[in-house]
Formats: sequence, structure tokens, C-alpha cells
Amino acid sequence: MIKEWFKSGSPWIWLTAGAVTINLVLVAGLLLLIAFRGLGHFWPADIVEYQYEDASGRSTIIGEQVDTSLLPAAQAKAAGHQVLNDAEYLVQFLVKTGNRDILGSDFRWIQQQYIRHKAEPADLISVERREWGNFYGRLKAVKEDGSIIVQGEAALAVAQEKLAAALELHEQIDVLQNKDVGAINYGLERLRLKQRALELKGEWDDAHAQEFAAQKQAYQQKYQEIQVQLAKLNREIKRASLVAVEAGGREVNLPLHRIVKLTQPNAMSGLDKMVEYARNFVTFVSDEPREANTEGGIFPAIFGTVLMVLLMAVVVTPFGVIAAVYLREYAKEGFVTRIIRIAVNNLAGVPSIVYGVFGLGFFVYIIGGNIDRLFFPEAAPAPVFGTPGLLWASLTLALMTLPVVIVATEEGLSRIPKSIREGSLALGATKAETLWRTVLPMASPAIMTGLILAVARAAGEVAPLMLVGVVKLAPTLPLDGNFPFLHLDRKFMHLGFHIYDVGFQSPNVEAARPLVYATSLLLVMVIVGLNMFAITIRNNLREKYRALEN
Amino acid sequence: MTTAQTKTHAIDISALNRDDRSLSEKPETCIKVENLNLFYGQKQALHNVNMEMPRKKVTAYIGPSGCGKSTLLRCINRMNDLVDGVSIRGKILLDGEDIYDKSVNVAALRRRVGMVFQKPNPFPKTIYENVAYGLRIQGINDRHILDEVVEKSLRGAALWDEVKNRLNDNALGMSGGQQQRLVIARAIAIEPEVILLDEPASALDPISTLKIEELINELKEKYTIVIVTHNMQQAARVSDYTAFMYMGELIEFGETSELFTNPVKKQTEDYITGRYG
Repeated sequence: MIKEWFKSGSPWIWLTAGAVTINLVLVAGLLLLIAFRGLGHFWPADIVEYQYEDASGRSTIIGEQVDTSLLPAAQAKAAGHQVLNDAEYLVQFLVKTGNRDILGSDFRWIQQQYIRHKAEPADLISVERREWGNFYGRLKAVKEDGSIIVQGEAALAVAQEKLAAALELHEQIDVLQNKDVGAINYGLERLRLKQRALELKGEWDDAHAQEFAAQKQAYQQKYQEIQVQLAKLNREIKRASLVAVEAGGREVNLPLHRIVKLTQPNAMSGLDKMVEYARNFVTFVSDEPREANTEGGIFPAIFGTVLMVLLMAVVVTPFGVIAAVYLREYAKEGFVTRIIRIAVNNLAGVPSIVYGVFGLGFFVYIIGGNIDRLFFPEAAPAPVFGTPGLLWASLTLALMTLPVVIVATEEGLSRIPKSIREGSLALGATKAETLWRTVLPMASPAIMTGLILAVARAAGEVAPLMLVGVVKLAPTLPLDGNFPFLHLDRKFMHLGFHIYDVGFQSPNVEAARPLVYATSLLLVMVIVGLNMFAITIRNNLREKYRALEN
Repeated sequence: MTTAQTKTHAIDISALNRDDRSLSEKPETCIKVENLNLFYGQKQALHNVNMEMPRKKVTAYIGPSGCGKSTLLRCINRMNDLVDGVSIRGKILLDGEDIYDKSVNVAALRRRVGMVFQKPNPFPKTIYENVAYGLRIQGINDRHILDEVVEKSLRGAALWDEVKNRLNDNALGMSGGQQQRLVIARAIAIEPEVILLDEPASALDPISTLKIEELINELKEKYTIVIVTHNMQQAARVSDYTAFMYMGELIEFGETSELFTNPVKKQTEDYITGRYG
């Protein structure tokens, strides 16, 4: 009976189907966990007010409850906690109390046994600040120019109005400071380098000196104008502030220019919360990070990741395809070709950190250093390309993914039927023309497959990047409005490294945890997005060159 | 040195041609094979082949599988050059010039000697682009010229009426017989002198085969045609001259009517009467 069952082949089907199922479950589980933990971060949670009484006395605690843990009584006692009423378990809540400036930390564990009362009053506010994390408490009044203009119930509406104006001003200040002043600084720096270059060449003379002085003067004047504007805006933005009461009853002054957002989550309806949720997510994706990356958004990291992967693809595709064409079409099959092919395949197995070391030693120090010596002597001793940066990171990853592209392209080339090549040759095409007009287009889906694998590997890579260009916080994006727009020499941020940095290098572990998940989710989404893009192109190509497969 | 050689050739040809015309009504020779030996590595595939194929006539190669008829055919447009380890001795003269001479541009030669393969091999492009391919290779991209040539070639291959409304469809969507005629259209678009057909109908159904055969009859008005076929009836139907090959040797070559009704060699007789092969 059993023997027959084995003979029928169904165990084999069960085995294979089971393997696939386990795979699917694991992948789905991974994605669900990341999505759940990551997406939960953006939900505007309710703020709870606890009346708390422990050994140190009565107190009020206000904050978001973010985690719960059960501690068996024995363990709790061993850890030095008191367990009241002979309870079997000690129930603990992790509360995000915010107010780091007052309390010293954002999070606090509290024990259920000491909670006398728990409520969620609608008037509690949550204030997202540019510094010191969130503030939780009650709004008391709005001040302008040092005097109170509104108190009580009406304060919130006025506060929101003033905040909107302040945010507007802040945006203007930001643009002036970063874009306009940045452009001036960039211009001055270029001027300095030009002067230095002329001096090195011995061509620096009075005519140049006058011209440069005039240009510098123009920049200075523009800078002065901006300074005046900035001063005016700063005065304006600093006029208003909020007066709020924290959990301990102390009054706190919250200047509006330090505030990002003011909400009353307990008063929100489900729909409000959903709108708020979407807004939080958009902010996270589009904003710059603050507070050692534990607050704000991750836009520079997304941008850096995508730009780096695109640059890598631009480099690796032609390089890999050309190498594969030579190996498959021109190189004589023999010992040397076989050795080369084995070497290429082995390159795919080299640990990525080794590529990082190579990139640092070869690209950054040797090539970059020589580029600096030859083309940027005026910048010395400061390096231009002789330091880790976007270009070197892209090249290092291109080198790392090269074997994938070569192997996939070779595979594709070998699948083009001989009859197609002969057909082209018989019409008087040379081998090169045949390659360009017929063989390579037909192999393009295979090339795209290689590229998809390369992108998937490159986008998720962190280790080598840490050596060749990724930083924790880049002051400027590698793409901006200053000529030459794409700054290949700049350092950049990367989602993978961002996860590592937020998760393991952050001083604020509890605050960072949801960010780790959220950033992971974004990284997965970016990779999936890039892959979908490539897969769409490949499928279109496949449809187009669906050759003689019948 | 090379110019001197070509000059000698030129004189030779004119002399030869005059001789031909003056001597008899014997048709003008287009391709002349002289002492051709071909080796795949150590193995000899063609043994000292000599023959003269007349202009604007259909010459058929028949013989059992592996007798070297396709190999001989592929020598005429140097398709064998692509095979690793092949070595060729002897000469093939196309209009009196040796195509294996070092000075010959292979791509230019293949423009003069078109080829159609056993299995239809259209490119995965539109019907239009398939026919225009050879011209585009030559750098001709003028839309008017291309339009004209595409229509002319498709008409020449008796395919125009079937595809004129879907020139921009993918060629792979056509039937096998249509594809084979498309490939012929593609070959005649670059106006070769010679068309080589390597078992052009063996992958086709009887009706498509008939169409191809009719087409061959029309094409010989303009082109010298060499066809390899397994099918002796087909050889008898379409060809003016037939060469019987066996084990890499040319056994007998002559007018088709002659060879089929009155073979000189016993091997030929045995083959065409079906005793072996």
C-alpha cells in the first residue's frame, strides 16, 4: 500500500509543494512583520494619562503606551521589583512620555500594579518638536511678543493657525539658508578654486584679481541681502510661542519655530486619524532626518539609494554586456577562455566587504587620488575624488554585480538560434552588424534579467558602501541646482546603512525601533519598485523578441 | 600585386566569355568550382569537386544525407567560414573571380550570393523590417527607396497580396510557408546574382512547397539558382541541371532531363531508381 503510494509519485509532489509552501510562508511572514511593525509607527496613537502611585509617591504620567511585557513574579522579585497582592505575573507597560528636556528620557516602564487610574482625556496634546523629541501635556495659552493673547478652549485653534504661519516662515528660511546661501557658498568655493588654479599655473594677474574681486563682491552683496531677509524672517517666526503644562504640572514655554506639528490625538475621529496617518507617512518619505536620524524622514536615504543603484546600472550594463559579447562571440573556446569564465563566476562569490576594501584602495585612493592630482590640484590638500563618494560607491557595486550581468548575458547570447545569425550573415551583414541589429536586441531580455538580479543585490548591499561613500548624515543631496547638478564626488545616504545606523548607533533605542522597521519596509519597497520597473521593461522586450520558440 | 591579379582575371573572363559564345549555344557559366576539397578538421567532406553552373538556370544538388551537398552549397557564399576547424582547398569562381581569394570581402560576396535556409528564419521584427534588413545593413535608410524595394521584393516572392495590409506585424506571426517566402523576399531585396536554396521546402506542407517551386521557376528569369533537395521529384520538376553527389564526391552532373532518364554512372542510376539513399 505504502509502496504503491511511493511509486505513484505523490510523495514527491507533496515534498516539492511543501517546500514551496514553507518558502511562501516565510517570505510572507517576513514582509508582514516588517509591514506591521513599520507601518504601525505612523498611526497617531492615543495619549493616556495615568495616576500612578509607587514607592516614591504619587505622580501623573502622560504618554503613549507602546509596549507591554509580562514578567513572572519570581523573575520580577529577583530583578528587585516588588510584587503586590501575590500576583503571578508582573505586568509592565512601556510608555513614551516624551518631554526629554524635562524627564531626561523619552520612555519609561511602568507597572500595572501601581496604576490607580487611567484615562484618555481629549484635551491632551502631542507636540512634535525639532529638538528634544515629542512633548505631551495640555495646552494652556498662546503667547505673542511675550504676552498672552489667548487662553483656554480657544487656544488650540489659534495655536494651529500660528503654527501654520510659522511653518510657512520656516520653509522660507530653509530655502534661503540651504538653497540660496548654499549656492553662494558653492559659487565662492568655485571662485577660490579657480583663483588657486590660476595661481598654480602662474597666470594670476591684476586683471583676474579685479574680475574675481568684483564677482566676490557680488556674492557678498547677495549674501548681505539674504542675511537681512533672514533676520527679518527669524524675528517674525520667533514672535509666538505656546504655553503648555506637562504631566508634573510645570508650565513649559514652547517656541513655535521649534515645533513641527501639534495634534490632539484623543480628540480625533477614525477618519481624522487615517488622514493623519497618511500625512505622517508622506512626511516620513519626503522629509529630512532630524535628531541623529531618530526623528523626521528618510528622503535623502531613499534618494541616495535610488541614485546609486541607477548609476550602478548605467555602468554595469554596457560593461557586462561588452565583456559577455567578447567571451561568447569572439573569444576562442579554450583553456584561457575557460579560466576567465571560471574567474568571473567566482567573482560572484567574493564577500561584498572585500569589494568595499578593493573599492577604497583602488577607486578611492589610487584612481581618485590621481584624478585629484591631475585635474584638481587647486583643491589640495582637500580631496575631491580622492575620498569616498557616490561615484566610487556606484563603481564598486557595479564591479560586484558584474559577474551576474556577464553570466546572464552570455546565457542569453547562447540561446539565440544559429539560424538567425546565419540569416543575417547571408544578407551581407558582418558579424558586428549581426550582433548589433539582431543578436543583442534578441538577447536584451536576458540582459535585463541580469540587470534585475544586479539591482536586487546592489540595492540591499551595505557593507562595501560603508567604506566607499555612504555616511550617516549627508548635508546635501548628490543632485541639486548648482552646476554640474550631479555631484558624483559627494557622500550620500543609503537606506541600508540608515537602518544600521538608526538601529544600532542611535542613543535612543526605544524611539529607533519602529524606525528600523519602517525604514526596512521602505528599503524593500524601493527594491521591489526598481525591480518591477526592470521586469516591466524585460517583459515588453520579451514580447517583442519572442523568437522562434515554437 | 592584388590589382595585377584582378587585371589578369578580368582578361581571362572576357576571353572565356567570348569563347563560350562563339563556340556553341552552351549557356554562360556563372559559378565554376575547381578542384574543391573541404576538410572538417581531419575529416574530408568534399573530394575534388569540379563543376560549372550556368547563369540564370536552376541547378539542383541531390544525393543521400551527409553526401556533402549542403556543404558544397555553403561554400558558394562562404558560410562554411563560420565553422570551426574548416579548411578549404581549391577554387570557386564567381563570374571568373575566385571567391576564396584573400582580397574578397565576404560580406560583399554574400550580398551577391543570397541564401535561403532549410527552416524559415525570419528575424523577430516586422515583415517590413525583415525585407528592408539587407538594405539597412548597406546604410540605405531612405523611406521611399525602402518602401519601393520592400514592395518589389514581396511581389517577387509572391507574398505581397497576402501581407500588404500587415507589413508592420511581427514576421513570426506568419505561417511557415509565408515565412519561407518572406525569407526569399529578404534575399532578393538586395538583388543578388545567385540565390542558394538549402532544402527550402523540406519543412513545409505540400501546398506551400508547390508555391515555393512556382516561385523558383519565376526567379530563374533573373537569378542563377542553386538548390539542395532531398526530394528527387522536386529536383526533376524545378531544375535545369542536376548534380548527384555521394560521399563527398560529385558523381555525375548534367542536364536534368538527361541525368534522370539516361544516367551515365551506375551509382546515379541506383540512387534515382531508389536502390539506395
